[in-house]
Amino acid sequence: MTGKIVKIAGPLVIAEGLADIKMYDVVRVGARKLIGEVIEIKPDSAAVQVYEETAGLTPGEPVVSTGEPLSVMLAPGLIATIFDGIQRPLERIKGQCGAFIEKGIDIPALDLEKKWRFVPTAALGDTLRAGDTLGYVQETTAVKHLIMLPPLAKGGVLKNIEAGEFNITETIAVVAGENGAEEKITMLQKWPIRRKRPHAGKLPPNKPLITGQRIIDTLFPIAKGGTACIPGPFGSGKTVVQHQLAKWADAEMIVYIGCGERGNEMTDVLQEFPELKDPQTGESLIQRTVLIANTSNMPVAAREASVYTGITIAEYFRDMGYNVAMMADSTSRWAEALREMSGRLEEMPGEEGYPAYLGSRLAEFYERAGRVTALGAPQREGTLSVIGAVSPPGGDLSEPVTQNTLRVAKVFWALDSALAYARHFPAINWLKSYSLYIDNLEQYYVNEIDEDWPQMRAQTAELLQQESELQEMVKLVGMDALSGREQLVLEAARSIREDYLHQVAFDEVDTYTSFRKQYLMLKAALAFYQAGLKLLQQNKDVTQIFKLPVRAEIARMKYTPEKDLPRLEKLPEEIAQAAGNL
Amino acid sequence: MQKEYKTVTEISGPLILVEGVEKAGYEELVEVRTPAGETRRGKVLEVHKDWALVQMFEGTTGLDQSAAVRFLGRGVELPVSAEMLGRVYNGSGKARDGGPEIIAEKKLDINGLAINPTARDYPNDFIQTGISTIDGLNTLVRGQKLPIFSGSGLPHARLAAQIARQAQVVGDSKAEFSVVFGAMGITYEEAEFFMEDFRRTGALSRAVLFINLADDPAIERISTPRLALTAAEYLAFEKGHHVLVILSDITSYCESLREVSAARKEIPGRRGFPGYLYTDLSTLYERAGRLQGKAGSITLLPILTMPEDDKTHPIPDLTGYITEGQIILDRALHQRGIYPPVNPLPSLSRLRDKGIGEGKTREDHANAANQLFAAYARGREAKELAVILGESALSEDDLKFSAFAGEFEDKFIRQGENENRTIEETLSVGWELFKLLPPEQLKRLKPEQIKKYLR
Repeated sequence: MTGKIVKIAGPLVIAEGLADIKMYDVVRVGARKLIGEVIEIKPDSAAVQVYEETAGLTPGEPVVSTGEPLSVMLAPGLIATIFDGIQRPLERIKGQCGAFIEKGIDIPALDLEKKWRFVPTAALGDTLRAGDTLGYVQETTAVKHLIMLPPLAKGGVLKNIEAGEFNITETIAVVAGENGAEEKITMLQKWPIRRKRPHAGKLPPNKPLITGQRIIDTLFPIAKGGTACIPGPFGSGKTVVQHQLAKWADAEMIVYIGCGERGNEMTDVLQEFPELKDPQTGESLIQRTVLIANTSNMPVAAREASVYTGITIAEYFRDMGYNVAMMADSTSRWAEALREMSGRLEEMPGEEGYPAYLGSRLAEFYERAGRVTALGAPQREGTLSVIGAVSPPGGDLSEPVTQNTLRVAKVFWALDSALAYARHFPAINWLKSYSLYIDNLEQYYVNEIDEDWPQMRAQTAELLQQESELQEMVKLVGMDALSGREQLVLEAARSIREDYLHQVAFDEVDTYTSFRKQYLMLKAALAFYQAGLKLLQQNKDVTQIFKLPVRAEIARMKYTPEKDLPRLEKLPEEIAQAAGNL
Repeated sequence: MQKEYKTVTEISGPLILVEGVEKAGYEELVEVRTPAGETRRGKVLEVHKDWALVQMFEGTTGLDQSAAVRFLGRGVELPVSAEMLGRVYNGSGKARDGGPEIIAEKKLDINGLAINPTARDYPNDFIQTGISTIDGLNTLVRGQKLPIFSGSGLPHARLAAQIARQAQVVGDSKAEFSVVFGAMGITYEEAEFFMEDFRRTGALSRAVLFINLADDPAIERISTPRLALTAAEYLAFEKGHHVLVILSDITSYCESLREVSAARKEIPGRRGFPGYLYTDLSTLYERAGRLQGKAGSITLLPILTMPEDDKTHPIPDLTGYITEGQIILDRALHQRGIYPPVNPLPSLSRLRDKGIGEGKTREDHANAANQLFAAYARGREAKELAVILGESALSEDDLKFSAFAGEFEDKFIRQGENENRTIEETLSVGWELFKLLPPEQLKRLKPEQIKKYLR
């Protein structure tokens, strides 16, 4: 059914004469067939948000409904690819129109011609249900791409399955349903981005997502299948933290969404990731990464779609039984896109002009994270962790996007501009941040790291807390008025901050710290505190140990390569000895 | 010949409403003839099947309902050619220097197109500005967008002119270098200061200027930066120049946007600025950069004055979220007579670490810079403490840090307006200052660097 444009205002187009359309149907707008989505239906007209630049459109141009909701293509070919917010492949767009993105480009998300070697694992005669695995494609050296029966497939008896080279639209298997109706299966699935992909059941997260970032892993861990948010003013290092997680998190798949952020940041990822090696597998990082880029100067409506595009792709890999981590930088830009469309629709604004449904949209989005039992056989458990950056205006955390996010995200990494000014990175404030996964993960730490880890962690947090109280006091009465014990606390906390929490993302060694190394480092940093306590018990001057040469060793721990860890194992003893000799 | 409409029904602020329009495109260029016979231009902001809302670039003074309106069927375009160098235009792209119109090689839509992120090349060539606080601590690289956050009365213009004068990529003498200057709502004197500086140093012959002064129509300012960036894109990506774009003052630009938004009765965001301010600014700033396979680059230096020196005001705030860092001028330093009054602590260059180090500047650069930051931050804290409790309350170490902070401001930050320090000079000033600190506190430096440079 063809309609007509009657009004254009920015990315919003009002069309008349579109019969039988549903909310969120995709429409093609104007002579150039720009992609749009129906976001409001009135008796005689429909509002369409257009995912491309609308300049030059005129009233009277046609609007055609495709009758389908906005969907993504899911098949081999996703990995190591960079898409825009509505899953158009940017690399191939460049091939077609050069360095600048032109309007009305229509290229399928995935290469339809490329042949993939399909290896069947299901056998003829097997009874298959939705989600069951048919076989796999070794898409990259790091990732085995499982080919599954789509979640809404009816299933039945496997009549035919072929090994060999296929493109993603060729039939690889035939399944006969109950009434004998045959269903042809290809490697390609489509899934509407605004609907979560079904699973067989949710489970509570029980393992940490190990990121190699000391302050995160030690003090504020995120679980595999968990949610975290990083709010912070500009320049506090949100993007560097997100990039560090994308690089070093022990996930099998990474989906990175640049939502309304800088073009150069995506270029950075594109140029750097192929060079870096995953510390777990030794493979190039790009081999496990899918990128979505809707930079700030790209059309605003596609920004709104980009987070959904990304999370749907992430869910697809989760369904294969992988640990998937998704970073969205920044969810504030997505919320602002919502606000812009809402304003143009002349909806009644809620807080600060954001639509009243901001909170429920954010909650819906974060709830798509989790640890799940995937649909189908063989039994698979997958996790999807979501890490969202938030860019609060003026760094004010009381604004609606941050507050609504905090209600649903379980981990809060509060970035602090004062730390950033002193170039203490990651600038995560240890007093304001929290993680609600610590209890879930305690068992893991006791089994896998060491049984005194929970206690070490608690002691670290306590020292930092005491430090902040004492600093208040120093401001009033000066350093000399403090007792020896208090001076020791200040010195130990300083050492934890500077020698342990401070981590240089740009240093080859320091950029990633294994959990074993974190344990050894923290052990040594705390050994200094314990040695001080011992001196106090013996009524000796505690400030003597502040100048011990062994402290230089503590300061250098972060630059000790992973292969030299035995060096760190000896440190606590050396510290105790040096203090004992005083 | 386009149809002429004489159906203006409403005029409000910078906007006019034209009824009975048959075919007008969104963002289309419009020509309006006033009753006095003058021709003004505008663009379509919103179209409906039988009316169009037009924003006038040169204001609506003197317009009435008898004005004749023509829709030109294209967007706002800038004629470009290499002859633009040395020319001065007004804020809507007409010659202001009395010279003839250029013979256009082509006409370009001033809104430009978004750069495909896969086509960008990461900026990583160190630009030496000769200013220690920038080169040493918040390094500028080719293709970066680095704004100067200033306040009224602070010497941002002098600093920008000094950068334009001194900026060079060491060891790359072949490259063609040009300056594009976009003035939005600045005073005659400030514009004249830049022109005089360009003239004096001979830079004018390789500069293109777009000048909208404080008394020029405010709405015209909305196109000025787009014209400047279109000229810059042409010079950079078609002629292979390394273009430095200076835009001043972004605050006036944003206020014009707010004026249009208010006239359209849009729901205002923070401080009355429209909710799409972020998107709008990003369509300016994101035009900076480098492209793979192209010789040229656009380095963007926008200047904005923070109302009441408030960094959380929406204009600096949103700018900071888009640009790759910021250079912040500090009133306290300025009042103590320190030029350039760059406060290094809140200043930042996000691209620094890719542009410095061995082979680019020096292998100790990153660590030395981090050590300077950390030590200066601690020194400032110690100084504040001393103000409350007196110097006697400071520990021995804190006293040294406090002294360091003072020397740092005097030796490292302070420099002459014509003093062009090489990066080696900048770094050795830094190393000289490290001598004031207790050696065991130099935690950000590597032992081998200390051995090599701390003499």
